[in-house]
Amino acid sequence: MTVQVETKSMTVRMLEDLQRALQKPMEERHWAMVIDLRKCVGCNACTVACKAENNTPPGVAYHVVIEEEIGKYPNVARRFLPRPCMQCEHPPCVKVCPVNATYRRPDGIVVIDYDVCIGCRYCLTACPYGARSFDFGEFYTAGHTPEVAAYDTSPSFEYGRLHQRQPGRLNESPIGNARKCTFCIHRLEKGMLPACITTCLGGARVFGDLNDPKSLVVQLAASPRVVRLKEELGTEPSVYYLL
Amino acid sequence: MRKRLWLILALGVIAFGIGVVGMLDRLQYGLRNVGYGSPIPWALWVVFYIYFIGLSAGAFLISSLVYVFGFKQFEAIGRIAVFTALIALITALLFIWVDLGHMERFTEVFARPGFHSPLAWIVWLYTAYFFLLLAEAWFLMRRSFARGAKQGGFKGGLYRILALGTKEGTPADEERDLKVVRVLGSIGVPLAIAFHGGTGTVFAVTIARAYWYSGLFPLLFLVSALASGGALLTAVAAFIIPNGYRRHQDLVISLGRLLLILLLVEVLMEVAEFLVSLYGTAPAHTAPIQEQLFGPNWWIFWLLGLVGAVGLPMLVLVTAGRRSGLAVGIVALLSAICFVGIRWNIVLPGFVLPELPGLEHALVEPHLNYLERYVPSLMEWQVSAFAVGVALILFAIGYHLLPLEREAGGETWQKQEVSQ
Repeated sequence: MTVQVETKSMTVRMLEDLQRALQKPMEERHWAMVIDLRKCVGCNACTVACKAENNTPPGVAYHVVIEEEIGKYPNVARRFLPRPCMQCEHPPCVKVCPVNATYRRPDGIVVIDYDVCIGCRYCLTACPYGARSFDFGEFYTAGHTPEVAAYDTSPSFEYGRLHQRQPGRLNESPIGNARKCTFCIHRLEKGMLPACITTCLGGARVFGDLNDPKSLVVQLAASPRVVRLKEELGTEPSVYYLL
Repeated sequence: MRKRLWLILALGVIAFGIGVVGMLDRLQYGLRNVGYGSPIPWALWVVFYIYFIGLSAGAFLISSLVYVFGFKQFEAIGRIAVFTALIALITALLFIWVDLGHMERFTEVFARPGFHSPLAWIVWLYTAYFFLLLAEAWFLMRRSFARGAKQGGFKGGLYRILALGTKEGTPADEERDLKVVRVLGSIGVPLAIAFHGGTGTVFAVTIARAYWYSGLFPLLFLVSALASGGALLTAVAAFIIPNGYRRHQDLVISLGRLLLILLLVEVLMEVAEFLVSLYGTAPAHTAPIQEQLFGPNWWIFWLLGLVGAVGLPMLVLVTAGRRSGLAVGIVALLSAICFVGIRWNIVLPGFVLPELPGLEHALVEPHLNYLERYVPSLMEWQVSAFAVGVALILFAIGYHLLPLEREAGGETWQKQEVSQ
């Protein structure tokens, strides 16, 4: 007797979860990410996808992959820890903002209002994960090569708005602002998964709504392999790791 | 203007001249040319900011000894202390203002304050303190303005404006003014404790930085403020008041004793902080201390902090400083200047470890380089020179124009006018 098991691509499953979540009011969603460290190969495709999607300049990194070499020869291994923003439930960065420029949306994503942020960088000192960067007004080509490459000045679509950085306008937002990963809310709101999720070649990253018991993230987050970074600080990250 | 004020003015103008280029760079290119980055988001300007805000709080609290707690022996420096507190406050705010990514948006702190942020609180408190200082200075000097308005020339005209219609008044009126000053000073004392303790709290609530995350930090800020502000005022009393260290030998030596006590408390707190942090094995606690003691900038701790700000002054204060106003003045000046090293070691060691191990190798880009040792850029030094230049110029001109030196039996400025 053969048993028919329905198989479904993880991406299709996540897209279905996403669509289901988007049907609900925003305050009933809790966007979360699960990263399976056994599947991560350290290719940094997520980091590159994030750079390309958000058009982040030099010095601004929403996502990095921390590489660690463990053990001694001949018993050596490498361990990779992708680090987006943890989108904490109790974000220390939000609490310290003197102008309420950064806040936690009802769906759990911590955002920055570029039009209000005064650039004091208190949030950078407060984040226990180093997940925030300050935009110092650097460009990959402008000032370094005779011609300014288009990608240096092409806009990013963060927060569903156009943000264009210009080498001649170093006092205009988002230059001079704190910047961070937004779980690509501009994509989510169009029914797309965050760039780092779609690009992950090892299938190590899963995204979805933590308030939906049927979603893949909830099922994976229930694994005994699950950990969160710096739990002892009480920040309650929305990013879960599977060891 | 006196020779010493000319000297301060000249230093101020030179610093301003050196700094103005950096300031233009700052205005045109924003923060692109600073030496710090996201791994070390607070650096030289924040160091200077807490240094000057400490000087202001310290100077003000010393002035309250005269006007609130009735220590008459310090009366000669009462007005000078309030004036110094005002200049130091302006300088501190200038430093933190240029450090903002969007200088033009500083008003947002008033328009939409985040009251869960200690930073918002202290800005509000600084504002209240600024107006309180202005009011206190005016009530202290308004009768002098009224009397001085009779003299001709620029100074007379200025005093007429500053008097805001005040009459010369009787000694009873002056007494009444001093009562107002006492009330203002009484409000000012908790305010100064709140805003400077609050400045320490900005650091102390940062759970991400184990070095700062301590209940001792706000108190350490207060003690450092008192010690550095006290040292500055002692130096001003000794060297800016003409022949101060001779004419006011008793005052300067008394201030020296006060400074000695404050320095002792400072040492006590630092020792407590260091020993407790070093005892454990957690790098988040031990690394910032080891960095100060043995890191590449070891000399900031040993030479500026331990020898310059604390050790040598204490040694002199318990020996030659018991008799010589000049000796007290010299070490007080040394201490006041070297305190900037203690301030450096409050801010920078907080960033010695990356937030997550391995983050330093994850991505290395301009302004995102955990491996690079922070060295302030030329532009940062220039802007610092600009701000210090502004402070020195304001101090020299203000000191020259305002009736700050009051002595028993009359106004010094009157004597000066006569002697001229």
